[in-house]
Amino acid sequence: MKAESANIVEIRNLHFRRGAKVIFDGANLDIPRGKVTAIMGPSGCGKTTLLRLIGAQYAPDAGSILIDGKDITTMSKKELFHMRSHLGMLFQSGALFTDLSVFENVAFPLREHTNLPEKMIYDLVLMKLQAVGLRGAHTLMPQELSGGMARRVALARAIALDPDFIMYDEPFTGLDPISMGVLVQLIRLLNDALGITSILVSHDIHETIGIADHVYLISNGRVVGSGSPEDLMNSDDAWVRQFMQALPDGPVPFHYPAQSYADDLWGPQRC
Amino acid sequence: MLVTYFYNVGHRTISFFEDVGRASVTIFNAIFNKPEFVRGTARLIKQIYAVGVLSLLVILVSGFFIGMVLGLQGYTILSKFGADQALGELIALSMVRELGPVIGALLFAGRAGSALTAEIGLMKTTEQLSSMEMMGIDPLHRIIAPRFWAGQISLPILTLIFNAVAIIGGYLVGVVWLGVDDGAFWGNMQLSVDFREDVVNGIIKSTVFAAVISWIAVFQGVDSIPTSEGISRATTRTVVYSSLCILGLDFFLTAVMFRGT
Repeated sequence: MKAESANIVEIRNLHFRRGAKVIFDGANLDIPRGKVTAIMGPSGCGKTTLLRLIGAQYAPDAGSILIDGKDITTMSKKELFHMRSHLGMLFQSGALFTDLSVFENVAFPLREHTNLPEKMIYDLVLMKLQAVGLRGAHTLMPQELSGGMARRVALARAIALDPDFIMYDEPFTGLDPISMGVLVQLIRLLNDALGITSILVSHDIHETIGIADHVYLISNGRVVGSGSPEDLMNSDDAWVRQFMQALPDGPVPFHYPAQSYADDLWGPQRC
Repeated sequence: MLVTYFYNVGHRTISFFEDVGRASVTIFNAIFNKPEFVRGTARLIKQIYAVGVLSLLVILVSGFFIGMVLGLQGYTILSKFGADQALGELIALSMVRELGPVIGALLFAGRAGSALTAEIGLMKTTEQLSSMEMMGIDPLHRIIAPRFWAGQISLPILTLIFNAVAIIGGYLVGVVWLGVDDGAFWGNMQLSVDFREDVVNGIIKSTVFAAVISWIAVFQGVDSIPTSEGISRATTRTVVYSSLCILGLDFFLTAVMFRGT
């Protein structure tokens, strides 16, 4: 039997551009199996795009993305859909189906991918909802949920098929401190209890480094720092320090590039 | 200047054909796949309710008033020539051949086509389509196919209902209100309306219109830019493109079906 690789995802020399804008320019990443790996970076650096590349919703311009040793860039559509049934993704908005109840949302992947009897689906859905603390809300519609609850339901749906790994896209954005605390704890607990791998995209430093085993920092299409949260907090690199300590000025300048201030105020273009 | 003009014309022409090509591939992939009878039927019935049953009110009310107006106008003109007994024939032929399929389709595009585009566009904006894709479920099969077939099934039935209600509206105005002879109204209608030539051709027209509206509506939804402005534009495009296609196609279908009859 083939031994499992230590990395569930291996990305090599990833190139991806959208229009003229280069998003990834030779990025290399390894996502270790069974760990919580955080991918961090400033807004617009391509964190969410990376998740979509891993999920094969976008195709890279060059490079390879290996999931369990298989290159997803060369997979057929059928193979891709099969591969996706082994991964879960939590979208920033939750992306619950608005015409289905909480129960039906969680039951959705079970109904689509399995032929389980209705009674077993009922039990499984309630178990998944119990895991995220929302068993009592199974009859509600998505419109009746708060932002934090919607994301927990989406998490229950993401783990419905017991995936090998889960990708979290900005899961903490816009949540109140209690909801955020619940979600932070759930991500870590589910990772350890289910023995899965988690990829967490976020720019909420405090919450993310609290649960991450490994962190990648991305900027300008490349990995500019990686290591344990402690390594990165104590890094000497100016960019890493600016990001991790949320400093307003540094290698990422406070001012948007412009001509000289004096020219703008007293130059010929002045109105 | 001239080069720029030709460049723009060429660019737009290529974009148009690219759009038509993408729309064709999208809809082909969506609707021609392995059918799932149990789950597929349940989804189809749900969509027939959303697309067809919920369009019923607008079809009933519009059909009734159009029939009444046709009765009133027809009577006014026919009575000048002493031919008011042909009112039933006038209303039935106008409705079954032309007004039923065309106005029914225009109303359907405005009511159900725009709703389909907005619904699919909003599903795209709120990442519901993406999340389905990431679950290993093809949104084209799950979302597009039942909506397309629901439109295809609903419109011909709605058109028949529209025609029937319009004839009742015309009857109420012509016979009950203005005093046209009851027997002449129905008798002339029965004599002049041919099932194969008129009713079936009308159904064929509405079937073609249904395919075009559903195709445009679902593609515009899938292809919409996922912003509020993007959905608004896609919805508008659905109604405008559908209306133009209905009117244009109606001419060609009429030319083929009724030329010389």
